[in-house]
Amino acid sequence: MGLKQNLHNLKEKYKGTKMAPAFNAIHTFLYLPNETTHNGTHIKAADDLKRTMNIVIMALVPCLIFGMFNAGYQHNAAINGFTEGMSFFSGDFWNLDNLLIGAAKILPLVIVSYGVGLIVEFIFAVIKGHEVEEGYLVTGMLVPLIVPIDLPLWMLAVAVIFGVVIGKEVFGGTGMNILNPALTIRAFLFFAYPTWMSGDKVWVADARELTGTADAISGETMLGSLAQNAQSSFSNWDMFFGFIPGSVGETSTLLILLGALFLIFTKIGSWRIMLSAVIGALVMGFVFNQVVEMGWIGETSKFYGLMSLDFWKHLLIGGFAFGAVYMATDPVTASQTNKGKWIYGFLIGFISIMIRVFNPAYPEGVMLAILLMNVFAPTIDHYVVQGNVKKRLKRAKVKTA
Amino acid sequence: MSKDIRIKKGLDIKLVGDAEQTTTKLSLGSVYAVNPEDFHGVVPKILAKEGTEVKAGEALFYDKSDERILFPSPVSGKISEIIRGERRKVLTIKITADSKQDYKDFGTANVDAMSAEEVKNHLFASGCWPFVKQRPYDVVANPNQAPKAIFVSGYASAPLAGDLDYTLKGKEAELQTALTALTKLTTGRVHVAVGSSNSPLASAKGVEVHQVSGPHPIGNVSTQIAKVSPINKGEVVWVVNPQDLVVIGELFLTGKFNATRTVALTGSKFNKPHYVTALAGANIGDVVKGNLDTDNERIISGNVLSGTQVSQDNFLGYYDTQITAIPEGNDYELFGWNKPIFNKISTSRAFTFSWLTPKKKYDLNTNTNGEHRAFVVTGSYEEVFPLDIYPMQLLKACMYKDLDEMEALGAYEVAPEDFALTEFICVSKQPHQKIIREGLDLMREELG
Repeated sequence: MGLKQNLHNLKEKYKGTKMAPAFNAIHTFLYLPNETTHNGTHIKAADDLKRTMNIVIMALVPCLIFGMFNAGYQHNAAINGFTEGMSFFSGDFWNLDNLLIGAAKILPLVIVSYGVGLIVEFIFAVIKGHEVEEGYLVTGMLVPLIVPIDLPLWMLAVAVIFGVVIGKEVFGGTGMNILNPALTIRAFLFFAYPTWMSGDKVWVADARELTGTADAISGETMLGSLAQNAQSSFSNWDMFFGFIPGSVGETSTLLILLGALFLIFTKIGSWRIMLSAVIGALVMGFVFNQVVEMGWIGETSKFYGLMSLDFWKHLLIGGFAFGAVYMATDPVTASQTNKGKWIYGFLIGFISIMIRVFNPAYPEGVMLAILLMNVFAPTIDHYVVQGNVKKRLKRAKVKTA
Repeated sequence: MSKDIRIKKGLDIKLVGDAEQTTTKLSLGSVYAVNPEDFHGVVPKILAKEGTEVKAGEALFYDKSDERILFPSPVSGKISEIIRGERRKVLTIKITADSKQDYKDFGTANVDAMSAEEVKNHLFASGCWPFVKQRPYDVVANPNQAPKAIFVSGYASAPLAGDLDYTLKGKEAELQTALTALTKLTTGRVHVAVGSSNSPLASAKGVEVHQVSGPHPIGNVSTQIAKVSPINKGEVVWVVNPQDLVVIGELFLTGKFNATRTVALTGSKFNKPHYVTALAGANIGDVVKGNLDTDNERIISGNVLSGTQVSQDNFLGYYDTQITAIPEGNDYELFGWNKPIFNKISTSRAFTFSWLTPKKKYDLNTNTNGEHRAFVVTGSYEEVFPLDIYPMQLLKACMYKDLDEMEALGAYEVAPEDFALTEFICVSKQPHQKIIREGLDLMREELG
């Protein structure tokens, strides 16, 4: 029987030992286990958590690949100048040179993220004697996509350990955590190493190393320049396609949109959260636009740059689209009721843009908005569920009256 | 008069092995058995010791909490063995059947002239009371409470379930008699759900008939109760299966307790899925003889969602009118977690393609298709759960044993079988029905 039989024998041999979860994690990666149902339903639907997580990863892969090309492109463009009016399939972007520069930067981030995170997961699984859970498969993929390209690997490793242990394992593992682990990791980086996580030197490969030399290049995100009331040199199409500096995977709104459609089609991602987050962001952006229109905020105000940005452009720049599609929809940390999801998503969009405008030092609001709403998600659910409970009580009262 | 019940949420699981509409009459088997565990929550007190001769309908044991509730023998014969488990708990009472059946005579009775108390006593004496079950808690009804309504679901929507329009055909007189008896037991109404106007129950008199349509679990009584008259705290609803109505009806008309059922043999492991007539408690091996493909099969007394796993040595469950046999899924599948799946059912489209072929019948096996995990995915249960209840929140309340929360979230309105579909689609492979059962048991113990 070959491999299948050998692995089965190994599994039986080590059943119940400390290392069994670690072995099973690898075994179940190769083979769907031979577990059968007992009483309860005798048949089960085809999906398991691995499949669910795998779909999210697949939705992320285009962003990752684009991120590699973009990293190289941004590096070269900062030195050699940008190509004007590039189409999405332009050879100036999709070339081997760009890919190599990007891959050399980004693959190590992916490897460190997965390597460190999975080791932590395995250790906890062995100590606690439960199976290795799949949650980190997605987190490990998200993390490299939401950090600046030049982040030192050791910082990433420290942050991943912090995020997985404090963000997830102390609560009991996948399914029990309150905060999105990927965002916990990013938040840790942001507050522990602020100079590496913001400013104008970290978003383009090697911008930091080249500072002060004759070849010095700028490495600023659009949000950064807008926050300083500077004019952006990028066209709307550049922003939509993603030919702009930013965290690795967050720049291409087009690919994120495709990923969102894929997640909605496969019924893995919640369209309610995505849609309501977009609505929330548009509403807040529109309100700010009106404020500028009314003349309450002058051009000299430090909020002017981002506040006067056309409300729909907020969706194209920064990490908003990425956050709304891939991070806000994490089912564990989001609201769990359908009604709650509308409220939760709307507030994420709304608060994201608010933070973005009012916090010029760090104009990326979506991370903090999602973390904040993660904390409030159980409260939202509580009130939604109370609505159901009240309806039931009322029904009983009508009956007795 | 007819009030329709229609639902959209739910899921019809289409499997290979629908029963063909022919009925084989089985000859009397040699051994029958009653498992007190089929009557959830009943503590049996043995009346007929090993070696006693009993007639069909004579009591084997009674319920410790109410000695009027008798549990009868389905056949006449000799008690050959009482199997006990831990702490002398009675697991099975085996009866070796006589070659000629001898029925205990309870006397014919004219239902129309009987009072509620007389009907009740007749049901007690003849051992028909266990057919009456109650909500909340999904247990044998407590005769001291007054139900606000009685429900009969004459439409079976569970996967591969036998067609009640077919199995009840020709039993109109018995059904009507039993329904009339039920109307005496409640101050409220007796509600009967039927799938079509062809149902033998559709023309029943003195009851409220509801036409139902929609996916499973429309045939579950809880769904119908929730649409017609949801259960509030302190209220009780009684529930009777239509095949049991026939037994009750026959009792009133002939004075005999005849627990004959038309059992649907279904599933892909039967060579010829069809109907047979068998007594409650029949030996599974006798019932499936010559028809079963015995190669790594799973036999289930009941349907694939809520039935009990049995072997050929076991016996047909007391309430069950279906035996399902499907392939056992005890094999590994290379990259089964990420490759595209065409031969299994899924409500998502995560490279599972059952949404392309909604009419296709599947041959599912018992593989769990993944390992047990904590609850992660949200929002999917609601799509197959038609009650106005938050299923995941209620499950969690049961898991952490918060009685107040369980009560507030609607635990009075559900039975374990209502969580069969959410369990089927559960990505985390949680045992929903077990969680609910344990939750309900706890409530029953603490709140009564």
